[in-house]
Amino acid sequence: MSSFNGMNDTIAAISTGMTTSGIGIVRISGPEAVKIADRLFGAKSGKKLAEAQSHTIHYGFVRDDQEVIDEVLVMLMRGPRSFTAEDTVEINCHGGIYAMKRILETALKCGARPAEPGEFSKRAFLNGRIDLSQAEAVIDVINAKNEYALKSSVSQLKGSLQQKINSLRERLIYQIAFIESALDDPEHISLDGYPQKLERIVAELKQEIKVLLASSENGKLIKEGIRTVIVGKPNAGKSSLLNRLLGEERAIVTDIAGTTRDVLEEQMNLHGISLNIIDTAGIRETEDVVEKIGVDRAKNYAKDADLIIYVVDSSTELDENDDKIMEMIRDRKAIVLLNKMDLISVTTEEILQKKLSGQKVIPISARDGQGLELLENTLKEMFYQGEITFDDEIYVTNMRQKHALSEAKSSLERVEESIMADMPEDFFSIDLMSAYEELGSITGESVGEDLVNEIFSKFCMGK
Amino acid sequence: MGNMEMTTDIVVVGAGHAGCEAALACARLGLDTVMFTVSVDSIALMPCNPNIGGSSKGHLVREIDALGGEMGKNIDATFIQSKMLNKSKGPAVHSLRAQADKRDYSSRMRGVLENTEHLQIKQAEVTELLVEDGVLTGVKTYSGAIYRCKACVLCTGTYLKARCIYGDISSYTGPNGLQAANHLTESLKHHGVEMRRFKTGTPARIDGRSIDYSKMEEQFGDAKVVPFSFTTDPKEVQIDQISCWLTYTNEETHQIIRSNLDRSPLYSGMIEGTGPRYCPSIEDKVVKFADKSRHQVFIEPEGRYTNEMYVGGMSSSLPEDVQIAMYRSVPGLENAQIVRNAYAIEYDCIDARQLMPTLEFKKIPGLFSGGQFNGSSGYEEAAAQGLAAGINAALKTLGREQVIFDRSESYIGVLIDDLVTKENREPYRMMTSRSEYRLLLRQDNADLRLTPLGHRIGLISDERYEALLEKRRQIEEEMARVLTVNIGANEKVQTFLEQHESTPLKNGTTLVELIRRPELDYGVLAELDPFRPQYSEAVQEQVNINIKYDGYITRQKKQVEHFKKLENKKIPQDMDYFAIHGLRIEAQQKLEQYRPISVGQASRIAGVSPADISVLLIYMEQWRKK
Repeated sequence: MSSFNGMNDTIAAISTGMTTSGIGIVRISGPEAVKIADRLFGAKSGKKLAEAQSHTIHYGFVRDDQEVIDEVLVMLMRGPRSFTAEDTVEINCHGGIYAMKRILETALKCGARPAEPGEFSKRAFLNGRIDLSQAEAVIDVINAKNEYALKSSVSQLKGSLQQKINSLRERLIYQIAFIESALDDPEHISLDGYPQKLERIVAELKQEIKVLLASSENGKLIKEGIRTVIVGKPNAGKSSLLNRLLGEERAIVTDIAGTTRDVLEEQMNLHGISLNIIDTAGIRETEDVVEKIGVDRAKNYAKDADLIIYVVDSSTELDENDDKIMEMIRDRKAIVLLNKMDLISVTTEEILQKKLSGQKVIPISARDGQGLELLENTLKEMFYQGEITFDDEIYVTNMRQKHALSEAKSSLERVEESIMADMPEDFFSIDLMSAYEELGSITGESVGEDLVNEIFSKFCMGK
Repeated sequence: MGNMEMTTDIVVVGAGHAGCEAALACARLGLDTVMFTVSVDSIALMPCNPNIGGSSKGHLVREIDALGGEMGKNIDATFIQSKMLNKSKGPAVHSLRAQADKRDYSSRMRGVLENTEHLQIKQAEVTELLVEDGVLTGVKTYSGAIYRCKACVLCTGTYLKARCIYGDISSYTGPNGLQAANHLTESLKHHGVEMRRFKTGTPARIDGRSIDYSKMEEQFGDAKVVPFSFTTDPKEVQIDQISCWLTYTNEETHQIIRSNLDRSPLYSGMIEGTGPRYCPSIEDKVVKFADKSRHQVFIEPEGRYTNEMYVGGMSSSLPEDVQIAMYRSVPGLENAQIVRNAYAIEYDCIDARQLMPTLEFKKIPGLFSGGQFNGSSGYEEAAAQGLAAGINAALKTLGREQVIFDRSESYIGVLIDDLVTKENREPYRMMTSRSEYRLLLRQDNADLRLTPLGHRIGLISDERYEALLEKRRQIEEEMARVLTVNIGANEKVQTFLEQHESTPLKNGTTLVELIRRPELDYGVLAELDPFRPQYSEAVQEQVNINIKYDGYITRQKKQVEHFKKLENKKIPQDMDYFAIHGLRIEAQQKLEQYRPISVGQASRIAGVSPADISVLLIYMEQWRKK
């Protein structure tokens, strides 16, 4: 079965970027939006949103149970007079990532579902709010997303989360298949003593999911987005570029070559395109052990990257280190930035073009921002032409993973309850299957014929 | 050659379990129906196992009955042993299975067909389909006779280009040595139908007098038999039952098989057809489950008045001499005399994705098909499709709206949807695990689910329909009453709970709470419920299940609601998928090829992703607005 979500449930997402800004907005849309908002929001006036007029603003607090999360302004817009043409509540909170995240989590707890990428726009279109050309852009987004999912399911295979989830799913489907084959072939396969065995297995699985959930709190779940690696010789201006793009001092910038000894990872949103940017130590032959580790890592990251941004210092000559880097990016998706255009150029665009395998060169100055717009436009173009793939709601994707994990955990708890209540075994498989599907939504796999195949491959069925 | 030409409303090709239901449905709806068979003596033949029902197949039989089909009634009248399987499990997987007297089963069905108005049985091989301007107009028989018709239902089972094989012996016959149908395949291909080849197999039949039952475990039927048909009076099925017997293979058996594998046509490549994984031959089991030291063998009577015994679990296509040695290594079969050898059978059939969910060919209006021809296996699966195909052929002929069975409403719906939507690489067998909403699709409520539909179609009498409405009313009334019954923590109650090993009450509670306790149920709690009205067992059963499993049922109903949203979004049949900007090429091709009727069906096609479905939905919305 495919896990396609219909239109009639209520969705929520952080609709401002995931960077620290003055104000953050969490948007809830759908038939239950007002009801859900009332569960988490308490107006200072004591009035329920359900009783309030449309297009009004309310001041109050968001609470998770009793705990106050943030002081907020809530905008109430009843359909069809909203972006999605559905009942919509927008919670304007303080822009910190933590606050937005907690508010979104609370909304999910209160009954909303995490929005799919592009889902607000999709609803807006389906409800007749946006026109055809905009709708086609939505289709582009969905499509690119689709390719991304395909690609990531391959490239992330070696990722530890993927492996972990697959292992959980394999064990679940084995148990489901065992129960099912016993039901379909009771004369051959016995369930005597099985509930006790299953209880132990479910406890194990639950424990492992708990560990995953705990790790998601620390943000260790796979970060999605175009994996962009910034490489270049030491002091070419990689960290300055990152800071310029992020608009804040995140990487340490000094004039000493080799300052970035480890790898910095940041996420940013460029015109709706998410970049997962990795700033690496400069690449050069080095004797410094610590720096060497950084350099090796940089090479590794570059190997797995979706996009490489190669920063060249235009004020110095190209050397053998540059040759090595150009070799590394040969036939890869890469953009070459000729940095420090504010200084006197030694290396020109022409010199570079000759040595490259056709990658685009953009002159910039990370220090004063010159050329950055061109860089952004180039990225956008590459993305829309499908040269690089993306994920436009990084954080929500992680939230979705987390949501799926905790749903899977609840399903396993229901299995435990059923075992405790001495329910017949076929009831176990109802919730085991839910857990299996929830986990599958993380890895992007659907159930399909898995079960039937598992039954036939593992159990001797038949008359 | 002077061709005889006749005219009728409906032609049904084949008189197996699918053909019988198809022909009866059409004739009962008042249409003149001609049913062709290669042998009138093999109507409703059971060429393999001698039983009807079993896990999830029992559900199908109940559903056929609820819609006004014949299979349930036929087995109720001719069974020799009956068992409700999985009784220790939840109600969703309870399933009836009855051993049949094969000859009685066949001759009773023949009697029903012969005495049905508008129905004519004809012994002849249909060799050609007549298609004019792409529409089916009739069939031609081997003798050249032409039967013009408005619709035709193909139920050719395993007979098309059938070939039976064991060892290096093969013969071009249908099951049991019956004549194969060797011509129709060519005509189908000529009209653009793509054919494929499947295989299945059957074990030997052994002379009961040569079996030593003292070495086997006796398998009894249920003390209280439950009938298949909702119309059969339970009193009529409390008969003297005949036992089956259980024995096991052993290492010696497996050794005999292993050392002769090179002589098996399965492994030598002589058999090309794809066989079912769930019904493996004994040689398959020995190879695939090498760690198992034994496999179960069920010895089942073929009927009340024959000594032939079916050796369940040991189907094979090994050579005759190996078969004898293999069977004789099994305890109790040391002196076994084989009456009929085990064999594998290959036959032509179709990939049912060429059909609409009404079981009509997408490319040949007027042509319907059901049963093993569609790539399924099993008598019950065949009958269910035969009934559905027959109903739709008749409704189409009558100019009425056809019926599409929904996977959230019946196993028949799951069966047909799987067949016409998904890729099946082997004969398809029904299994409870194939149904997502099985807690709602129980065998005990098949009548509540489907009899109103059967009545609308015209196969259920007003009288039976009224009785169903009354049953439904009683269930609702009693559920409402039960909700209001409170139980005090008094001595009588505590003693009762103690007797049933149930935790005593601290405070008063409701009857509903007590019914939900696993060790209690609606029935035993009658003792604490003095004002309970008298209801039939069937009504009591529904009340009990609805209350006991309320939480799970509610969850499944929610899932169904979700499912229905996409199912109800119908796709216009002239949709040009290649014009949809944004659909991936693979999705365009798959959708173009299979032309799903709804977005829900589209979402189940392999190669169509959730993102494609989003694109499709957006496009459809645009299209609707234009």
